[in-house]
Amino acid sequence: MSASLPSKGTMFAGVNITKLWKDLLPPTIAITLFLLIWEGLSQSKVTLLPGPSSLFTDERTRTLLFFPFYDRGGIDKGMFWQTLASLQRVAISYTLAAIVGIGTGIAIGTTPLLSKALDPLFLFLRTVPPLAWVPISLAALNKNEPAALFVIFITAVWPILINTAVGVREIPDDYNNVAKVIQVSKQKYFFKILLPSALPYIFTGLRVAISLSWLAIIAAEIVMSGIVGIGFFIWEAYQNNYISEVVLALVYIGMVGLLLDKFMEWLQAQIMKGQ
Amino acid sequence: MVATQTKPLPTTSSRSTTPLIEIDNVTKIYPSTAGDNVVIKDISLEIHAGEFVCVIGHSGCGKSTMLNTVSGFAVPDKGEVRKNGQKVTGPGPDRMTVFQSYSLMPWLSAYENVYLALDSVHPTKSKADKDHIVREHLTMVGLGEAMEKKPPQLSGGMRQRVAIARAFCLYPEILILDEPFGALDAITKEEMQEEVANIVANHDATVLMVTHDVDECLFLADRLVMMTNGPGATIGEILEIPFPRPRDRSQIMEDPRYYDLRNRALDFLYGGLEIE
Ligand SMILES: Nc1ncnc2c1ncn2[C@@H]1O[C@H](COP(=O)(O)OP(=O)(O)O)[C@@H](O)[C@H]1O
Ligand SMILES: [Mg+2]
Repeated sequence: MSASLPSKGTMFAGVNITKLWKDLLPPTIAITLFLLIWEGLSQSKVTLLPGPSSLFTDERTRTLLFFPFYDRGGIDKGMFWQTLASLQRVAISYTLAAIVGIGTGIAIGTTPLLSKALDPLFLFLRTVPPLAWVPISLAALNKNEPAALFVIFITAVWPILINTAVGVREIPDDYNNVAKVIQVSKQKYFFKILLPSALPYIFTGLRVAISLSWLAIIAAEIVMSGIVGIGFFIWEAYQNNYISEVVLALVYIGMVGLLLDKFMEWLQAQIMKGQ
Repeated sequence: MVATQTKPLPTTSSRSTTPLIEIDNVTKIYPSTAGDNVVIKDISLEIHAGEFVCVIGHSGCGKSTMLNTVSGFAVPDKGEVRKNGQKVTGPGPDRMTVFQSYSLMPWLSAYENVYLALDSVHPTKSKADKDHIVREHLTMVGLGEAMEKKPPQLSGGMRQRVAIARAFCLYPEILILDEPFGALDAITKEEMQEEVANIVANHDATVLMVTHDVDECLFLADRLVMMTNGPGATIGEILEIPFPRPRDRSQIMEDPRYYDLRNRALDFLYGGLEIE
């Protein structure tokens, strides 16, 4: 029995403590050093940016840090609600972008004429940065909420669309030749050949898009006053010179961005299992 | 001593029935930057039901191109291919092909790969029937235990076995094999040659196969078609392989005609340069 256990490392509840320690130690040291240098720079007044300790020393920020769920109505809400509001917008627009992107990508990938007609336009549009869409969508849609949703959508849709189209175009001749010789029906071709073959490409697009849409929501909200959301929260804190609140918001944004990417990675691994 | 009767260009086999496949004066040209590339020129060949025809020739001479005109993936620029008197216009399961690269879907198990083909060709057959046929054919090629495995988990030989099971389970009127054992080691290759010989006998199948292995031809084929070098490749000579079936490898190798045929094929291919 003991021979089947790994020879090195202390085991605790099935977790290899030694390995965990080895994996966690370097990043812990790096982060600690980073925070110490930052703290040192702001203590010595080299920069006006408050140090990481201000998250605890600043009265307002401490409240925000320890009470993420408070809700005083209007846009005066805790960090949890601010983040959730932004995430909801991302969820709506990202879902829409995934549906439109995958659908259009497949149409373009399977229809050379459509591809010829639309490729240049798409290649041009996808280079427009998220922030540049903000005034355009505000002008076009007139209201903050739909404008924010549109900015995320238009940012997220291109990588999904383009990767899907490439994935469909890159279906190996081998598979298509088999499909031709067994004269597979359109429906079976779609589900048994086209979709699985293009899936790795589609997921690449989806992962790029989730990161981009999280970037875009911040850009979109920053300039849209009067809405609950982490982007506008940052802008308002900055306007009022509550810089340590901005730092706190950045921590939230970074963590959510990381979680979103990890979630997509996990989802991809689940769906592509065994391929 | 030499008992084989081989006429120089017998494009019709000795059987009297109408041919299953007629390759009638087929020329295939691929345009290239350096002008038109006439790959095969004025090729005529008849294949009768139940025949096993092997094609050999130097690499790049146009063997695959000729096969593709039969399978329907390539359209002749001159002449035509007919099956039962009907012009061949495109690929179809009646001329099922085993591709050199196996062409299995890596996301489908061995079973699902075969089932997809059968289900697509016979959508009205009952599920139980289809299940039975798929299992039967995978077992026939020795994959009874590996049906649920996906191609990445299978060896090259096993993948080719799946492709062969997929092809045979459709009971095609003619089975087209393009260098099916080219990438396999010698032992696996011999095993698979025997398996194929057995299934062919079992199914009464008609086969058109490209290979570069003369011994393989002599073991499997009724006729051996030798193609001249391209460009403008054509049929140089056809050898009848007279050994009775079922064939036993060591037994046919003791037959004096074996070495006569083998030498003629090697002579044709290498101009007698190859010395054993
Ligand atoms: N789809 C194609 N387009 C252009 N040229 C081709 C195509 N297929 C084959 N050829 C050319 O035809 C010639 C014969 O090819 P092929 O039939 O594959 O030879 P073999 O199978 O005897 O090795 C080669 O010179 C090859 O470059
Ligand atoms: Mg070839």
